[in-house]
Amino acid sequence: MRQYFTRFGSLERYEKGGVEVINDDPKNYVFSNIFEVASKSKPYEKVAVGKNLEYVIEAIRAEGTSEWRAPGHDEFALVMDGEVEIRLMKLDNPSVVPPGTQGSIALKGTPAGRKMGVVRTRRGHMTLLPVGAAYQFHANRPGVVLLQTIAGNGTIERWGDICQK
Amino acid sequence: MTAHTLPEIGTIEPNQHGYRSFSLGKFAFARDEYFAYIQWPKGHHLMPVDAFLRALQRDIAWGFFYGTVNFDAVIGTLNHYGTVDLFAGRYNAHYRKAGLDYVETFKTPLIQRVFEAMLDDWTNATFDPFASPAETGSAFGPKNGHNKEAITRHRVTARRMVGAPGDEPRRADDNGFPVNRGFVDVPQDEPDVKPEPGFEDEVVAFNLLAYLSRSDVTWNPSVVSVCKNSLYCPTTEEYILPIIHGNDRVEWFVQLSDEIHWEVEDRETGAARARVTMKPGDVAAMPADIRHRGFAPKRSMLLVWENASPELPALISQGKLPTNPVQF
Ligand SMILES: [Fe+2]
Repeated sequence: MRQYFTRFGSLERYEKGGVEVINDDPKNYVFSNIFEVASKSKPYEKVAVGKNLEYVIEAIRAEGTSEWRAPGHDEFALVMDGEVEIRLMKLDNPSVVPPGTQGSIALKGTPAGRKMGVVRTRRGHMTLLPVGAAYQFHANRPGVVLLQTIAGNGTIERWGDICQK
Repeated sequence: MTAHTLPEIGTIEPNQHGYRSFSLGKFAFARDEYFAYIQWPKGHHLMPVDAFLRALQRDIAWGFFYGTVNFDAVIGTLNHYGTVDLFAGRYNAHYRKAGLDYVETFKTPLIQRVFEAMLDDWTNATFDPFASPAETGSAFGPKNGHNKEAITRHRVTARRMVGAPGDEPRRADDNGFPVNRGFVDVPQDEPDVKPEPGFEDEVVAFNLLAYLSRSDVTWNPSVVSVCKNSLYCPTTEEYILPIIHGNDRVEWFVQLSDEIHWEVEDRETGAARARVTMKPGDVAAMPADIRHRGFAPKRSMLLVWENASPELPALISQGKLPTNPVQF
């Protein structure tokens, strides 16, 4: 049987496609590349690469140790490149996240709570970041996380810099 | 017959090729060895029966999906979430101009029932409408058995996340999902999950790429993670999307592996608008006023990202929301 080769992208090696217009404006397609965005980001910047009203997907460059953050709802972290350790903490005081919070809020230092556990993830691994918990990312070498969430505190929108025009 | 009475589900007696004929309102459907024939009061049309069954299968499995499911440039359905338009030539500028277009609206359970009966009767034992052409036999020829197992697959709809307690399970060899021939090189390692005692149900992760490498179907978005109305609906793609999907809201694509080419047309007329080529890591929006068809030279992984908010189609059609998601 024929052996197929599956191509994935990485920070070190990605190739972009693009929009070829026949009768249109390329900006309608909001076309970007997650690896390109993360290759130009500072560690743990939450750069929106997709937006559908309040919902976003954020490309996050994982490098070193992030701040602790706590979401107002479930979020999902998909590792696109590298190895990322995800640390989870059950908050002693969940009301540090105001009711109705969209996205997540940054916490000062290490929050008070009980350690829930650790998930060591590599490319393709998706981790639930549950509501009621705080999370911290750690990566020894640069990696990329795609975060499914709602636009909120810390979400960066710089479409003009990242998208095909 | 009006649209709201229950019709006979199909002819009792099969035709000379062994297939039953079906009617729905003023539409009539028949098949022979190679083609599906569609008739409406102002015209008629035919499609290769393999293409027709692949489109029909997805329309049924997705509950008529978001917006328009064009079987080709002439025939298709438009979902009003409770009722469904069945149309001929309605989104084809030339049929419209000639006055040959026709639309009839049906309650969803009625059209669903007729479509399911037609798919069941017209799908032979040798043909799997969800499989890639390289992985299934022929749809053609005289009536030759059924393939109920293939056409009634479980539709994956995670409530929180695949692999979470009580939710959709991961795929593995021993639950019937071997790694697909196109993905034998995809790593199957699972994340190293180390919950503290008492948190086993809340510390959850899974390998999405391994999960997708074990998908036995093509062009079938299904929900793996849910953030309110934000749904990740990844799918594995090979050959051609069997429908031309017309959006009633913005939809987003994240290319996870390999490459897909999209042809993008105006949703109303079919006029060409753009070609979009997507490679690993590429992200693109499909605006709410287009229709698109994808071409995947090799089996690939596509993350389709949907906003399932029920109020979106009305807001967009009334012009209260823009058809593109971001202004910059
Ligand atoms: Fe689509």
